[in-house]
Formats: sequence, C-alpha cells, structure tokens
Amino acid sequence: MSDAVVVEGLVKKFGDFTALRGVDLTVARGTVLGLLGPNGAGKTTVVRILSTLLRPDGGRAEITGLDVVTQADQVRSVIGLTGQYAAVDEYLTGEENLEMVGRLYRLGKKESRARAGQLLERFDLTDAARRPAKTYSGGMRRRLDIAASLIARPQVLFLDEPTTGLDPRSRLGMWEFIADLVSDGTTILLTTQYLEEADRLADRMVVIDRGSVIARGTADELKAQVGGERLELTVGSVEGLGRAVELLRPLAVDDPQRDEQTRRLTLPVKGGAATLAEALRLLEGSGVELLDVGLRRPDLDDVFLTLTGHSADDADPATEEQAR
Amino acid sequence: MSALSHTLSDSVVITRRNLIKVKRVPDLIVFATLSPIMFVLLFRYVFGGAIAGLPDGVSYAEFLLPGIFAQTVVFGSTTTGASIAEDLQKGLVDRFRSLPMSRSAVLIGRTVADLGLNAISILVMALTGLVVGWRITSSPLEAAAGFLVLLVFAFAVSWMMALVGLLVRTPEVVNNASFIVIFPLTFVANTFVPLETFPSVLRTFAEWNPVSSVVQAARELFGNQPASAPVPDAWSLQHPALYTLIWAAVILAVFVPLAVRAYLRTATR
Ligand SMILES: Nc1ncnc2c1ncn2[C@@H]1O[C@H](COP(=O)(O)OP(=O)(O)OP(=O)(O)O)[C@@H](O)[C@H]1O
Ligand SMILES: [Mg+2]
Repeated sequence: MSDAVVVEGLVKKFGDFTALRGVDLTVARGTVLGLLGPNGAGKTTVVRILSTLLRPDGGRAEITGLDVVTQADQVRSVIGLTGQYAAVDEYLTGEENLEMVGRLYRLGKKESRARAGQLLERFDLTDAARRPAKTYSGGMRRRLDIAASLIARPQVLFLDEPTTGLDPRSRLGMWEFIADLVSDGTTILLTTQYLEEADRLADRMVVIDRGSVIARGTADELKAQVGGERLELTVGSVEGLGRAVELLRPLAVDDPQRDEQTRRLTLPVKGGAATLAEALRLLEGSGVELLDVGLRRPDLDDVFLTLTGHSADDADPATEEQAR
Repeated sequence: MSALSHTLSDSVVITRRNLIKVKRVPDLIVFATLSPIMFVLLFRYVFGGAIAGLPDGVSYAEFLLPGIFAQTVVFGSTTTGASIAEDLQKGLVDRFRSLPMSRSAVLIGRTVADLGLNAISILVMALTGLVVGWRITSSPLEAAAGFLVLLVFAFAVSWMMALVGLLVRTPEVVNNASFIVIFPLTFVANTFVPLETFPSVLRTFAEWNPVSSVVQAARELFGNQPASAPVPDAWSLQHPALYTLIWAAVILAVFVPLAVRAYLRTATR
C-alpha cells in the first residue's frame, strides 16, 4: 500500500472529555496532508498519538505499516516530530542540540556532526551555532527545533504549526524547505493556523472540529464546497450602499450581503472578469462613490468560517482554558 | 548493538548534556557548594559549644561533618526531581520520547549527572571540614568506603525524586514537596545531635531512619567514632553500612521501575 500514514477510528479521552471522536485519515507516501481545525479541535492530539507520545483509547494508527502502540519503538525510528512548542535544550548550543538528537537517533558521532552542520547551514543558524540556545530568538529556536526533527532524514515528518512565530522571510524559507523535503520523498503531516500555508503546501487537507473530521479533500474541492466567486465592493456612504445593491442585483446569483458598518457589499456572481466590467459599467455615473472593488474566489479562510462557524484563529476560551 | 549497550551509550549522551548545563551555569555549582560550607561553619561555630552528650574524646567538628555530608547529598538529590520537571515543562521529555532511544536513558543520565554533582559538593565540604578541624583517622580504603556509602544512598534518593518530578511536574513545587519529606528525615536523625538526646518515640524513629545509618556508617568509616562510644541498641546502627545498602537496594528496586513507567506515560500537558 502506498499510504505512509493510516489512521482509523482514532479516539482519545482525557478524563470525561473526549478530544478525538473517531478520526480517519490517510497520507499517501511522499505527499503532504494539511490538518486544519480551530483551537482545541484535536490537531495536536492526533500528532501526539501518531508520534507515540500518547496512547489512543480507540481505533488504530499505522506509520509505514507499523502500529503506533504495539510497534512504537520501530515507529520512532522512521518519524521526526516538531511539536507545537519548541523543544530545544536552552543550555546547549545549537550545534550541541542537533548532535545530541543525532546521537540519540543512533547516527554515530561523525554522521551526527555532519548532519548538524548541514542543517544549521540550511536553516541560517551557522553564525549562532556555537551559542547556547538560550540566546536565540523565538524564530531561531523554532528553526533549530525543526532542524532537530530532520537530523535522521525521517520517512514521515510531523510538523505541528511549524511556522507559528516565524517572520515572513523565514516562513517563505520554511515553505521552500518543506517543498524540497517532499520532492525528496518525505511524507509530511502538517497542522497549521495559516490557511495560506495549507493551500500552498498541502496536497490534501482534513478539517477537524471538536474531535471529528468535518471535511476533507484538495484545496479546490474544499473551496468548491463553500461556493463560487463573489464581487466585493466598498462604497463611500450608507445611501450609496442601497443604491449599489439596486443597480447590481441583476448580476447576483444569490442574495447579496451588505454590511452598513464597513459599507461593504458582497455579491455571489458568475462570469469572472466580464462580470466585474459589467458591474463597473452599471455603477458608472450613478453617483455611488466607489472606494474599492474586487472579484474574489473563496479562500481557505472562507472554507473555515463556513465549515466550523468560526475562523481559525478565533480561540474558544473554554477549550483554551482546558489546554492549560 | 544490544539493548544494554544502547542504554549505556544513550545514557552517556544524556549525562553529558546534563553536565554541560552545569558548565554553562556556574552559579549552580557555586550555590550547591556554598550552602554546605555555610552549614559547616554555622554548626561548627554557632552550635558547636551547645551540643551536649557527645561521646568522650569526640570534637564537634568530627561528629558534625559526616552528618553534614549526609544531609547535603540527600538535599542534593532533590535537584533530580526539579530538573526532570523542568525538562517536562520545556517539552524536552516529549522530544526524547519521540526518539528511538533507550527508555531509561533520560532518567539514568539525570541521576548519574546528579551523582556527579553530589560528589563535587562532598569534595568541597570535606576540604572545608579539614580547615575547621575535621580529620579522617581511618585507612584510605575505609574512607573511600565512607564516601561510597554516602553517594550510593544519594543515588537511590535521586531515583525517588525522579518519580516525584515526573508526577508533580512543576520544579518549584517539587522543591517544596521534597522539603516536607527531607527536613524531618535529615533532622530526626543523628545528623547534628547524638541520638541519646531524643525523646523516646522520636528516638526509635531516628534509630531506624536510614539517614541515621548513613551518618553512622560515615562516622565509623572515617574514624570519627571513638572506641569509647557506647554500642547503639538498634540493629540498624550496629550494622549501619549494611543497613544503608539494603535501603538503597530496596529504594532502587521500587523506584527505578516506577520512575521509568511514569516517564513512558508522562506527557507535557
Ligand atoms: N493532557 C490533556 N488533558 C486534558 N485535556 C487535554 C489534554 N490535551 C489536550 N486536551 C484537550 O483536548 C482538546 C484538543 O486539544 P489539542 O491540543 O489537540 O487541540 P489543537 O487542535 O491542537 O488546538 P490548537 O490549535 O490550540 O493547538 C482541547 O480541548 C484540549 O483542552
Ligand atoms: Mg495544537
């Protein structure tokens, strides 16, 4: 079978609280699966079970055909884990951190050193290699943490929010790096709060909420579920808003939405750029002051909002509290 | 490689990692040794005159030092718990548990590194002791055995504290929790005052308290117990080295498996 990760009916309980209620997913060898979901959905819990840190209460999970419970030791030698919070030893230098992890993966002294050197270089940490990680910035720690999970060239890599806390340049660098890993044949399961990131990196996605899978598919499939393109306009006055709705209604394929606060109008439409041109023509000379206009395809944020009823970074205080 | 050699090599890697921290944070070792030095000086010069009931021909310095050694190594062992709780909090235990490394190496590396720290602080205290009038009057072999008994017992206590650290999970709380146990253990003993001065109930406890036997063993092996000293009533103090080693063996037999099990089940949150 060409699935590197197979998860069936995964259940996890913490006391009375059920964090996972039967999650199914697969990741084909050499591909990236994006695991999405709002805070407290259970993403980290899935990753922790797959990386043998937690035992599931039901269901099963296999990594390259190895069971995460009964063959945990073998699983650990084919995986790499970058957890949600950087796990580096602050008192060791960057180099020492990587060499230690290399040794514990049983790479041998020379190989560990060589790999450490390569990865420090790749992650732009060569200058800081001999400094204790205590002196690193958050982004540097994050990069060091990811480097540590790669030292033994794992077949399957788990990245739990790998770019949280990285600046835009480092994030782009990380994306390139992840793409390189995939082209070398690494299988990756990635969780993220940045939907752009999932859109860009993931071949397929699974959206979970409150411990259950609520949607799955490619980015295009998910977007199609949410609906087609829409025209968005911002106008100068509330009266203008009413006038614009009247004028543009013939173009809409569904009810327009208006927001008087932001004086923004959203019309579900068809026909792409031609429709946009038509809209502009209809508004011309109408006296409606047009501040902004654009045609938008749904992005994953819309998918998120529609599927879960709340956006990705919209923390649920109750579950946040429990996570402490 | 066999499982045993894996465990060994992983433990060496972890021990090294723990000792690097000591090198990078020299304050750690400074304070670990300053407080025993302070203890030696305080007890020697402040209470030294006030302790009655010492056997004839024993100076308080001679009586005191083995007690301070024992108390310091037992306190030193509490750092094991705090350090493990810290690794847990910082996610390092998660990192280690996701690696294909030996299951016991993180704990072995920790307790062995702490054994090393304890050895350093005994050395510093012994030197301070020599300055304030303490002397070893036995053979070098016996003296070495004295240090060994102290360190073996401390090593066993470290494993107890490792379990506490894994269960309690907050370094500050580990420290406070262990003080509650370790203060009575080290004070209701012959550490600072002769047992003859204790009221009877406490005295029985103190006689069978392994800290007393550690201290007694050290006093005998360093030759700090004159021939004229009365023979203790309790078996534990008649055979203090043996009694201490039995305790250490029992503690290890119980707490090594418990701590390893807790390590395998623990998770950062
Ligand atoms: N050790 C634990 N004990 C109790 N509850 C837990 C534990 N770990 C996780 N939970 C709960 O399980 C649920 C899922 O948590 P999880 O960390 O998997 O969410 P997540 O999707 O990763 O969220 P985030 O986006 O905030 O990282 C949350 O409600 C959390 O409070
Ligand atoms: Mg998470």
